[in-house]
Amino acid sequence: MALHDLTDLNDMHLDVLREIGNIGSGNAASALSTMLAKPINIAVPKINVLDYNTAVDSLGGPENLLVSLLFTMTDDVKGMMIFLLQKDFAHMLINTLLGSDLKSFNDIGEIELSALKEVGNIMAASYVNAISTLADLRMNISVPDICIDMAGAILSVPAIHYANISDKIIFINDEFSAEGQNASSQVLMIPDMESLDKIMKNLGLDQ
Amino acid sequence: MSRVVTVGISDQNVVKAPDVLVTYALGSCVGICLYDASLKVAGLSHIMLPSSVQMSADSSQAFKFADTAIEILVHQMGKLGAHPFRMKAKIAGGAQMFSGINNSSLANIGQRNVVAVKKELLRLRIPIIAEDTGKDYGRTLYFNADDGTMRIKSVNRGEWVW
Repeated sequence: MALHDLTDLNDMHLDVLREIGNIGSGNAASALSTMLAKPINIAVPKINVLDYNTAVDSLGGPENLLVSLLFTMTDDVKGMMIFLLQKDFAHMLINTLLGSDLKSFNDIGEIELSALKEVGNIMAASYVNAISTLADLRMNISVPDICIDMAGAILSVPAIHYANISDKIIFINDEFSAEGQNASSQVLMIPDMESLDKIMKNLGLDQ
Repeated sequence: MSRVVTVGISDQNVVKAPDVLVTYALGSCVGICLYDASLKVAGLSHIMLPSSVQMSADSSQAFKFADTAIEILVHQMGKLGAHPFRMKAKIAGGAQMFSGINNSSLANIGQRNVVAVKKELLRLRIPIIAEDTGKDYGRTLYFNADDGTMRIKSVNRGEWVW
């Protein structure tokens, strides 16, 4: 049975997506860990089929300030990938990577933004590569686009993109944290319906 | 005591003084505030997309689009006695959150939303008396039914009252 709607997803599909999230985020986390020379913990990925308002609440409410990096996925798997970094996590990343001592996150400039984009780029590429190999599908990501703003305003971008299809969004939600830090970051992979179907077929489901 | 009534994404609500309407974190979406000053009736709609033309005529989706939501809002306000002849509009939102997007469904979506909202308000003959749209940041909007003021709050970019 082909997937047409997010409500067609059963437990088996969700397990597969969780595994994809696991493999993708595992790869991304080890890339991040190498860059920072720090251990990175990942939580068990959560697969959420959520309406927009619930999704925003799960990210700390609509007005929660987040650093976001948006990638467009093209080729066999189309959709979006969004990295969401809590302010403190982004701050730690910048100071560790650049060896700088940025006191306030509000002081970030071009160099810091560029460093964040590069981290996102490497993590997203690791994530996508793992899934691409696993599912034998070609996947490509765009250069990242950065936005530091309220969670609600950021998430309205995928919400608008998918509004023509559904009022629900599927999130493969992976949480990262560095050791000794409470702040975390999340990856949302949002494949479109057709691509989700392809992934499932290539992994042996829905023959 | 005034109540604060939240309007979610692709949602709308109508209140009377002294209540306050709020919608959080408008990105490319547009918030449309309509006010009948003589009765102190305020309505707020939070639309996501310009046009329902390509969509199925599903009434549950009507709040999502500029060309369907605003008329319903006017009608709802009418139930509290407000009249379109007396209504004034204030609008906010329609930002471009990510600068580099060239994906067809998202390119200039904020701007297209604003254009669609203005066109619809023109059709309904409701004048726009204040506007805080475009640019590249999210806005939280408070609309006070007591005096018809629209307060916009942003992250790191300040606060304005319209």
